[in-house]
Amino acid sequence: MISPRRKERLVALIVLATALFTPPLLLVAERAGAALPLYVFLAWAGVIALAAWLTEGGRGE
Amino acid sequence: MRSELTLLAIAFGYLALLFVIAAWGDRRAEQGRSIIGSPTIYALSIAVYCTAWTFYGSVGRAAETGPSFLLIYLGPTLAMLMAPFVIRKMVRIARAQRITSIADFISARYGKSAGLGALVALIALIGITPYIALQLKAITLSHAVLVDYPLTAGDRLDAAPFWADKSFWVAMVLAVFIILFGTRHLDASERHEGMVAAIAFESLVKLAAFLAVGAFTVFVLYQGPGDLFARVGETPGLAELLSLDAVPGGALGWIGTLVLAFLAFLTLPRQFQVLVVENVDERHLRRATWLFPLYLLAINLFVIPIALAGLLGEAGSDPDSFVLTLPLAAGVEGLPVLVFIGGLSAATGMMIVETIALSTMVSNQLVMPLLLRTGRLPRRGQGALAGWVLGIRRLAILAILLLGYGYHALVGDAYSLVTIGLVSFAAAAQFAPALLIGMYWRGANRLGAGLGLVGGFAVWAWTLLIPGFAQSGWLDAGFLVRGPFGLEWLRPYALFGLEGWDIYTHALLWSLAVNAGLLVGVSLFSRQSALEQTQAALFTQALHPRLDQASLWPGQTPRGELRALLDRYLGAAATARVFAGEDAQDDDRPAPGAIAARAEQALAGALGNASARVLIDSVVRGEALDLDAILSILDTTSETLEMNRRLEQKSRELERIGAELRDANERLRELDRLKDEFVAMVSHELRTPLTSIRAFAEILRDNRELPLDKREHFLDVVVRESQRLSRLIEEILDLARPESGRLTLHPERLDLAALARHGVEAVQQVQEERGVALEVAIEVEDAPVIGDPDRLEQVVINLLDNAGKFADDAAPRVRLGLARHKRGFRLTVEDNGPGIAEDERERVFEKFHQIQHQDDGAIRGRPRGSGLGLPISRGIVAHLGGRLWVEAAPHLGGACLVMELPEAPAE
Repeated sequence: MISPRRKERLVALIVLATALFTPPLLLVAERAGAALPLYVFLAWAGVIALAAWLTEGGRGE
Repeated sequence: MRSELTLLAIAFGYLALLFVIAAWGDRRAEQGRSIIGSPTIYALSIAVYCTAWTFYGSVGRAAETGPSFLLIYLGPTLAMLMAPFVIRKMVRIARAQRITSIADFISARYGKSAGLGALVALIALIGITPYIALQLKAITLSHAVLVDYPLTAGDRLDAAPFWADKSFWVAMVLAVFIILFGTRHLDASERHEGMVAAIAFESLVKLAAFLAVGAFTVFVLYQGPGDLFARVGETPGLAELLSLDAVPGGALGWIGTLVLAFLAFLTLPRQFQVLVVENVDERHLRRATWLFPLYLLAINLFVIPIALAGLLGEAGSDPDSFVLTLPLAAGVEGLPVLVFIGGLSAATGMMIVETIALSTMVSNQLVMPLLLRTGRLPRRGQGALAGWVLGIRRLAILAILLLGYGYHALVGDAYSLVTIGLVSFAAAAQFAPALLIGMYWRGANRLGAGLGLVGGFAVWAWTLLIPGFAQSGWLDAGFLVRGPFGLEWLRPYALFGLEGWDIYTHALLWSLAVNAGLLVGVSLFSRQSALEQTQAALFTQALHPRLDQASLWPGQTPRGELRALLDRYLGAAATARVFAGEDAQDDDRPAPGAIAARAEQALAGALGNASARVLIDSVVRGEALDLDAILSILDTTSETLEMNRRLEQKSRELERIGAELRDANERLRELDRLKDEFVAMVSHELRTPLTSIRAFAEILRDNRELPLDKREHFLDVVVRESQRLSRLIEEILDLARPESGRLTLHPERLDLAALARHGVEAVQQVQEERGVALEVAIEVEDAPVIGDPDRLEQVVINLLDNAGKFADDAAPRVRLGLARHKRGFRLTVEDNGPGIAEDERERVFEKFHQIQHQDDGAIRGRPRGSGLGLPISRGIVAHLGGRLWVEAAPHLGGACLVMELPEAPAE
C-alpha cells in the first residue's frame, strides 16, 4: 500500500512533529520572542501540509 | 428567538435531522450503495473526538491555563501521523477477527479471554461515565445560559427534581435515538453506517458553528486579530497567559498532557469505534492522516481569540461559556442559537458513539459471557439470540445514559469541564499498554495484561478519581494533604513523595509505569496458553501478507451442528451467508476449515470473540487452532519471502551471466568455424607447393636421362616451391607470436617516410603487373619513429598488397599517404574498392576473418594471400606502441587502413 521510501519519509515526519511539539524546541521558540500559540499553530500547519503531501501526492506510485 | 419553546423545537428539530441522515445512511447501506465509502467522511467521523469539552471547554482551558488546551489536539495529530503504521494494523486485525470494541480487541489478543474483556469493559464504564455526564452538563448549561442570560446560570439546576431537569430528558431522547440507530440490525453486525454518516454531519455543524462565533469575535467585536492583540497587550497579565508558564506543570506538564492525549486518542472507546470498527476501507486512513489534524487545527484556530476577548470584555464569569456569552453580550440574536446547536452536535455526537461502543462492550463482554456460562440463554428457537443481544444492548444504552445522568446530577457540578475530560482520558490510557504492546510483542500474555490493567486502574483511581470525589465534598479531603492513615508517601497527588508535578502527568506516570511494568514483568515470568500463543501470533503478524486464518482450522467440525448453532444464535439470514455456496445435504460431513472460521467470525461480530469461542468450542469439542501450524506458516512464509527475494536476485544474475555466456559461445562457434576454414585453407596452401615439389622430385628420380636444362628447371621449381612453403610456415608462426609474447622485435629509430617509399618500390612491380595504379602522397620530409624496420616494412607491404586485392575491378587504384597527426604520424593506405561496412571494420583484424574476403577475392579472380596479414600487422604495430584500424577512404571512396605511430623523441 505504501512504498518503503514513503514509509521512511513518514517516520521522519513523525520524528520532526514530535520534536516541534515538545519542550526543547518549544522553549527555544518561546525564548526567540514568538508567541507560543503562534509558533505551535505554524508548526502544526507545516506538519499537516507535509503529511498531506506525503500521503496524497503521487497516487500513481 | 431564545424562548424556552423555540429552543426546544430547534434542539429536537436538529435531532430529527440527524435521525433522517442516519436513516438515509442505513437505507443506502442496505441497498449496497454506502454513503460512507469516502475517506473524507471517515476523517470527519473521527472528529467525534471534539466533544462539548472542545466546544466549550477549550476556551475555558485557554482562559485559565493558556496554550495547554492545544495539547489535547497535538497528541491526536501525532497519533494520526502514525495511522499508516499503527491504526492500519489495528484495522487489519479488527477485520480479520471481527472485532466489535476495544474490550473485544484486548480480549481477543490475549487468547479470547472473557475475563480480560469484562475487565476492560468495566474500566471503560467507570472511566467514561463522567465524560458522558460532562456532555449532559454542557448541554444543560448552554441551554440555561441561553435562556437566562444575563442572569448567571447554574444554581437552579440543583434544587429541581429530575423530571424538571432538562438533562434528564436530553438523556432519554438520546437513548431513544441511539437505540433506534445503534441497535437496528437483527444480525447484530458491529458496523453502524447510518450513525457514522450522522456523526460526520455533526462534525461539520460544530466546526461551522465554532468558526462562525470565532470570526464574529475577531472581525465584528474587534477590527481583526491585530486590534484584538493590541488590546491584549495593553491589559496587564493577559499576555502572560500565552506563554508556557501558564501551562500546569510547565515543560513536564506539557509533555505529560501530550502523551496522555496521544494515548487516549487511540484507546477511548468511541475513538476505537470510529477509527477501527467503523472503518470500511483501509485506504481511507491516508486522507484521515492529514485531514483530521487539519480539522483539529481549524476548530482550535479561534479558541485563543475568543478566550482573550472574553477575558477583556468581562462577558461572563464562567470562561466555559464565553462562546455563548460573547455574542449574547453583543446583543446578536441568531448566532447564540447556532452556537448552541454546535455545542449540541458536539455533545450528542460523542454520546451517541460512546454509548454504542460502551453498550457493545457491556453486552458482549459482560452480560453475554455471564449468560452463556450460567446457561440462561434460550436453548431453542431460530435466531432467538439475536433478539437477546439487541435487547441487552438496548437496556445497556439506557443504563449507560442514566448512569451518566446520575453522575452529572450527583457529582458533576463540582468539576469544571476540563477536569472531567482529562480524568476520563487517563482512565482510557490504561488500555494502551495491553493494546499497543500486545500488537507488537508476541510474548505479552493474559496474566500480565490483566494484572497491568488492574494495577494501572487502581493507581488511576487513587491519584485522580478518589481525590476528585474528595474535592467535590463526598469524602473528607484531609487525606489529600496528610495521606491515608497519616502515610505521607501515599498522598494521591504526591505518590512516593513525587511533588511539584501537575496531577495528570503525575497520575499518568505512576499508572502507566505500574501498568506496563506489570504487563511486561509478569509476561516474562509466566506462560501463555495455546490459544493465546496463536492469537498473539495472529495479532503481531497482522500485516503479514498471506496470513489466512481459515487455513489453520482442522477440518473436523460437523457441518450440521455448526449450521444449527448459527441458526440458533444469528438467525437464518446470517447462517445462509456463512454457508453460501454450500450444499445443505452434506450436513453429516465435516465442515471445511474456511466455513468453521467464517462461522466463528460471524459469531464474534455479533457476540464478541470470547463468547464466539465458547460457542464454537461447544460444537468442535476441544479442537483448537493449531498453534504449530500457524507458527510454522508465519515462520515459513517470512522465510519463504526472504528466500524468494534472494532467489529473484540470483535468477537475475544468472540471466545476465547466461546472456554473456550465450554471446561468448556464439563467438567461440564463429571462431571455431573460421578456424576450420582456415585449417582447410592452410592445408590447401601447404599442399599445393608440396604436391609440385613431390611431383618434380619424382620426375627427377624416375627419369634419369632428362636433359640438363629440364633438370635445372625442375630443380628451380622445387627450390622455389620450398621457399614458398617455408614463407608460409613462417607467417603462420608469426601469427601465433604476438599473442604468446614470443614476438621478437628489434626497435630502433627510423624514418617512416623512407620506409614507406621503400615499401612502395618493393610492390610497385607486382602491382603494375596487376594493373593497379599506385599513388603516393607523402607530406612530411622526415618522420622519425621507433620501430623494427623489417617488420614495419612487412606491414606496409602487406597493407599495399591487401589494398591492391580489394581495389575496384575495372580501374584499380591504391593510394598511400603519410602525414603528421598530433604527436605522431599516420600512414594511410586507401583503395577504390567496395569498402568495409562499419560493423565489419573491427572484425577484419580477427584471425581467420580474412578468409571470407579471400573467398570473395577468389570469386573475383584475385590472387589469394595467406590471409593472415592484418592480424599479424596489428600485432606488430601494437607492439610498437601504435594503432592500426580501418575507416572510410577519404580520397578513393573504398576502405582506408590507417597506421598510427608515435613520433620518436628527439635525439
